[in-house]
Amino acid sequence: MLYATLFWEYIKNYAKTRLTYRADFWVEVLSDLMFQATNLIFILVVFQHTPSLGGWSESEVIFVYGFFMIPYGIFTTFFGMWNFSERYIVKGEMDRILTRPAHNLFQVLLENVDPPSLIGSVVGAIIMAVCWNDLGMAFHWYYVLIMLVFVLGAVLVYGGIYTALSAISFFSDAPTGIVPLIYNVQNYGRYPVNIYNKTIRFILTWLLPFAFVGVIPASYFLEKKADDISQLAWFTPVMGIVVFTLGLMLWNYGVKRYRGAGS
Amino acid sequence: MKSAYVDFIRIRFLTMLAYRVNYYSGIVIYAINIGAYYFLWKAIFGSAETLQGFTLAQMTTYIAVSWMARAFYFNNLDREIANDIRDGSIAMQLIRPYSYLLVKMMQGLGEGLFRLILFMGPGLVIVCLLFPVKLPKDPVVWVIYFIMLLFSLFINSQLNILTGLAAFFVENNEGMMRMKRVLVDLFSGVLIPIAFFPGWLKGIMEWLPFQAITYLPSAVFTGRTPLDQAWGVLGLQVLWFVILLVPILFTWRAARKRLFVQGG
Repeated sequence: MLYATLFWEYIKNYAKTRLTYRADFWVEVLSDLMFQATNLIFILVVFQHTPSLGGWSESEVIFVYGFFMIPYGIFTTFFGMWNFSERYIVKGEMDRILTRPAHNLFQVLLENVDPPSLIGSVVGAIIMAVCWNDLGMAFHWYYVLIMLVFVLGAVLVYGGIYTALSAISFFSDAPTGIVPLIYNVQNYGRYPVNIYNKTIRFILTWLLPFAFVGVIPASYFLEKKADDISQLAWFTPVMGIVVFTLGLMLWNYGVKRYRGAGS
Repeated sequence: MKSAYVDFIRIRFLTMLAYRVNYYSGIVIYAINIGAYYFLWKAIFGSAETLQGFTLAQMTTYIAVSWMARAFYFNNLDREIANDIRDGSIAMQLIRPYSYLLVKMMQGLGEGLFRLILFMGPGLVIVCLLFPVKLPKDPVVWVIYFIMLLFSLFINSQLNILTGLAAFFVENNEGMMRMKRVLVDLFSGVLIPIAFFPGWLKGIMEWLPFQAITYLPSAVFTGRTPLDQAWGVLGLQVLWFVILLVPILFTWRAARKRLFVQGG
């Protein structure tokens, strides 16, 4: 209950600060969407020259991308810890966080909350709906529930990975450059994983499970493919819980070791 | 006076050198991106021999060299100029006895030199080991390519300067800078060679400067543009370089007249 009130207070605070600069708000939303649009344009242009991508049709690939946008939007809304190392460790704001009773990760996440990213999720849902129609797939009411479970699992996968990456800053205050590195690896998860070689496929499925954010859960709703990765779809929530628990454990361990930057 | 400008190249190069560790992970990131597009294009080709005049081998080379060219010509001149304008330090720059824009261009060159030696060079070697990249055998191609690459840097820096100068007219040009980056990546041909765009879009692109940044040099490098046409393509780049000077000088004149330093 305490966390719910805190959550609401943080959101109200966010709204107040953002409403001061309304023009910036829309510019940010627009440039975020344009960035996503380039990936969609890539898919659209490419399918002018090929009927299928590793056995997946144009609508299916776009469907996967639309699905991907939903958890990704939620993730960027609640896990915007991009400058964690600089702001909280180097500048010492972590000390302020630790003097308060609410869980430290919860506070850090809510201080960086970014609701405009949710518009990306909405766009993703619309894209999915359009493809659903194009593909003429059946729709059952319980798909909504399944979708919710998958999206939640996918968000936890992302959240767990980035929590773990941010926790690295507790052990080394020098920039490691590992966050942008992983950020670029995640692009692999937006496309059907069977186009990659075995090693990359294994990494994307089990080590850095970005495949669970896009192609694996999305394939549950699509026609079965030769390698049938949709069998793995139900692992999405499991993966989410496992990855997030590991991330949180590393974070808590890091906090325990944290001694402050000194100044 | 001339040596002062050369010094700006040198100083930027040395500053970048101090932060070289940041660029080691850059090489890995570029390799990751090249890998993603390599597998994507392999799947796109499927069993097709050629697509839009590219063989798969040429396409692989195209992706690798285009991303590595981006590693070379990329800079943040737009952000630097916008920051100078926003925090008012541009006023100090203006009273100094040099041309601010020329200094920025020189700093861009210094950064380019650093990126060429410590980013693009080693990056290209690593990428050649990882992916089946086919380098051109004709030394003339290499010579033309490097001249074209220099103009890529010029043209990209010119676009950056223009975007940065926009901060004179709108107080926050953050959105413009982000959009410029997206536009350059998409329309310069890093992600998709221009030849793959649908006809109408290709038509528009041929009249815009973006293709001169990546597509034109990379097409020469991969051999999709034959050598006898290469000089003409280089001419097109030079033409764009000259054309782009006009809006920059025009904006610069207009901007200085309305400069308004907020605080400082």
